[in-house]
Amino acid sequence: MTFPSFEKIIDTLDAGKQFSFPGGVHPDDKKSLSNVSPIKTPSLPQLITLPLRQHVGSEGACCVNVGDYVYKGQVLSQATTPYSVPIHAPTSGEVVAIAPHVVAHPSGLTEMCVTIKPDGKDTWGVLTSMQDYTAHSKDSIIDAICQAGISGMGGAGFPTHIKASGSKPVEFLILNGIECEPYITSDDRLMREFAWQIRQGLDILDFLIAPKAIIIAVEDNKPEALKALDIACQDKEKYRRVSVETKYPAGGEKQLIQVLTNREVPRNGLPIDVGVLMFNVGTCYAIADAILNGKPLIERIVTVTGEAVDEPCNFKALLGTPVRHLLKEAKYNASKQDAPKVIMGGPMMGFTLADASIPVVKTTNCLLVPSASELTDGDNERACIRCSACADACPASLLPQQLFWHAKANEYDKAEDYNLFDCIECGACTYVCPSEIPLVHYYRQAKSEIRLQRDEKNKAEKAKQRFEARNARLEQEKRDREEKHRKAKEARLAAANGVNNTSTTASTDSGTKDKVAAALARAKAKKAALNATPDVSRSDTTGAANVPPDAKDSAIQGSSDTPANDKKAQVAAAIARAKAKKAASADANQTATTQPLPATSSSTDERRDDIEDEKKAKVAAAIARAKAKKAAAANDDTPQKPQPDASESSEVSEDKKARIAAAVAKAKAKKAAQHNTADENNAKDSSESQNTASDKDAQKQARIAAAVAKAKAKKQQRDVAAPQDSEELQRQAPDNTNPQDEKTARIAAAVAKAKAKKALQQKSDQS
Amino acid sequence: MSISFAVIAIGVLALIFGLILGYASIRFKVESDPLVEQIDDVLPQTQCGQCGYPGCRPYAEAIANGDEINKCPPGGESTIKKLADLMGVEPKPLDGAHGEEDVKKVAYIREDECIGCTKCIQACPVDAILGAAKHMHTVLTDECTGCDLCVDPCPVDCIDMVPLVQTTSTWKWDFSVTPKGDIPIKMVS
Repeated sequence: MTFPSFEKIIDTLDAGKQFSFPGGVHPDDKKSLSNVSPIKTPSLPQLITLPLRQHVGSEGACCVNVGDYVYKGQVLSQATTPYSVPIHAPTSGEVVAIAPHVVAHPSGLTEMCVTIKPDGKDTWGVLTSMQDYTAHSKDSIIDAICQAGISGMGGAGFPTHIKASGSKPVEFLILNGIECEPYITSDDRLMREFAWQIRQGLDILDFLIAPKAIIIAVEDNKPEALKALDIACQDKEKYRRVSVETKYPAGGEKQLIQVLTNREVPRNGLPIDVGVLMFNVGTCYAIADAILNGKPLIERIVTVTGEAVDEPCNFKALLGTPVRHLLKEAKYNASKQDAPKVIMGGPMMGFTLADASIPVVKTTNCLLVPSASELTDGDNERACIRCSACADACPASLLPQQLFWHAKANEYDKAEDYNLFDCIECGACTYVCPSEIPLVHYYRQAKSEIRLQRDEKNKAEKAKQRFEARNARLEQEKRDREEKHRKAKEARLAAANGVNNTSTTASTDSGTKDKVAAALARAKAKKAALNATPDVSRSDTTGAANVPPDAKDSAIQGSSDTPANDKKAQVAAAIARAKAKKAASADANQTATTQPLPATSSSTDERRDDIEDEKKAKVAAAIARAKAKKAAAANDDTPQKPQPDASESSEVSEDKKARIAAAVAKAKAKKAAQHNTADENNAKDSSESQNTASDKDAQKQARIAAAVAKAKAKKQQRDVAAPQDSEELQRQAPDNTNPQDEKTARIAAAVAKAKAKKALQQKSDQS
Repeated sequence: MSISFAVIAIGVLALIFGLILGYASIRFKVESDPLVEQIDDVLPQTQCGQCGYPGCRPYAEAIANGDEINKCPPGGESTIKKLADLMGVEPKPLDGAHGEEDVKKVAYIREDECIGCTKCIQACPVDAILGAAKHMHTVLTDECTGCDLCVDPCPVDCIDMVPLVQTTSTWKWDFSVTPKGDIPIKMVS
């Protein structure tokens, strides 16, 4: 994109010529209503209500509490993002509320506000000024501007520190004193009365931004303001004062840039893209106040005008002052209005307030209180006659009537095709429309609708991504789970094969023991599977989808396997235990001999068979055995377990199996006992020391323990679903110990064992 | 002799074209049916399953395969209209069997009643519920699509669907609520 060069623009400006922007209108400015009287300071309002968000961007985090005493200028909210600026207490007093309050928005909706009850003392807090700002770094000055809560005061409310901290080179720094909208005179009065402070602010901006040229632009209907600035800046040749031809909306950022430099800001671009930065005179004044006096932005000039107030004038109002209070100060005459109606902003771009308690905010430049005959109601809209007066008036060279058709027909995509978002909502088209169509109203509506649709689209996109991510995760977990199940199954099969092989090769009368060993191997495999399953408490579907099948699996297998083998197994276990005891005592003697013996002459096939079941059983069994043996001898044969000697292979392998079986049985009994103690019913240490003494006793205790554990597990389960079942269960639990129904008890015990295991598993997972 | 020339020439040409086509099929491979993507973009992505499919994408696939376009209550009339435009069919009224169009809602967990069962977490299609077993759960309002799927699994019925509160950023001009005259643009000149 080509635009006029810097030198050419300077030449043109020096020659006293200007460019122009297309369109524009010349409404009656009505500025004389309020620009003749000096700026007044209103009395302190009863309550001050400060919205946390008074600018474009996100709101800061409130850093005071209800009941706090705040000093004037004390910070009330902290910037949480680079685009937010803090707000400050406009006067000293007590924070009486931090709650939603109606704010300056056409919707009349509420936003979070801090309400302060002034104490009337107006005590300043600590102020830190930077009189010698040239000695400070630019970053610290920009930070001070941010901390003073300064955002653009011309209307848009863009945070000033963002604008001032750009890294792109700036050719023109433009001070916008145009104030083109009718009725508004706040900048006019500010320039007339505070020209020197504005110049100081300009000095600071000059130091910060170091532009090639500085232009102070004032519309030619404000000669006094221009003169005041002339006097203030007479010693600085760099500060070029330009009187701009009066035409609405010359004060628009893009329009003023076009008038002064003939450069067009690209769509979706910023003025900096054409080497221009623009600040409002009010912003400039606030910067000077913040840097040189340390005062944050707590007040601004507000024009209160219109024929329905008897004394229209400008007020230096504290931010947060209710509109009602200012109207009272300006002597609002309700009889001149049909219905109370206050417009915030000017007649072209302002909006009607929903409530008179709405506070003045950083962007409030005018309160217009028109009399009944002053403004039309705008409800006499007629059909468009295609006169194209709107297109002639449009400063952005759009086609307002096309936009109107599409906006009215809700064809938003077509409206966007006609560059709806390049509309600056100046209202010139509406002003010239002979059919009195509120064109801008339609554009605003269409814009907000499109923005909402975009938001929804973004949200839908996000939801889609989350949904897909979740699905991918679930899929992955399912695969992992299947993989684990498969591995567990393989392990189970391998264990079973290993046992079968041993039984055939050993070819002894150890059939029952084999079954025990096989059952143990199965139990172990199950346990391994359980151990491997992911945390139950994880907050996703793994928990539900994963554990229940497992639990079912183990329960089914437990009940189908155990009853068949149960009787034999128990007998076997009893024998095994007896043997184990014998073995344990023997082992104590043996260890001295077996331990140092390396597996020198072991036959390889025997070894292979043994290894199958041994490897798995070894680790678990070893620990249990170590404990069992601790009583007999304080030695450890666990780490390097000797391979059975070939000469006594069958004997030893039998012995070993018995020992393993016994150890596991002990471990189980112990576990059951642990449950018991946890249940605080049975503190008796059942198996560890006593199972060797009497098998029956141990068995019984184990069963009792298991039954209690089962009852407990069931109770836990039922507590959620149906609490009344637990009584029944508790009645059943003692039944299980009844020697009469031993068979059923055993089955129950087997199931209970599985369940207890699971419960233990879950408990450990949760802890 | 001349026959063999022709055969060789045609064969060589066939080989060259075959190579070009083979390369093109890899180089310009279309990942999936673009129509499904387009339909999926139109759907509101609430993943609510009210259409009878487990999520918006499966429904998009079903529409691409000829299913009805009026089974999406969260999308409502505007979605049906867009789908009709996309598919080149006549718009139909929303199929009442799948639910009614409603205002946008988000789930809200009454936190003191939550027992921490994680059932709602498992039901949420977009992982918008935060919590752990036996700990209170809460809804990430920004992520919630208002699909209703968490309401039924809750054993203590502590989940409400509350209409989304309108804020100044979600507000839109509504001529039926805000009369046009409320924007004072027109001046008497």
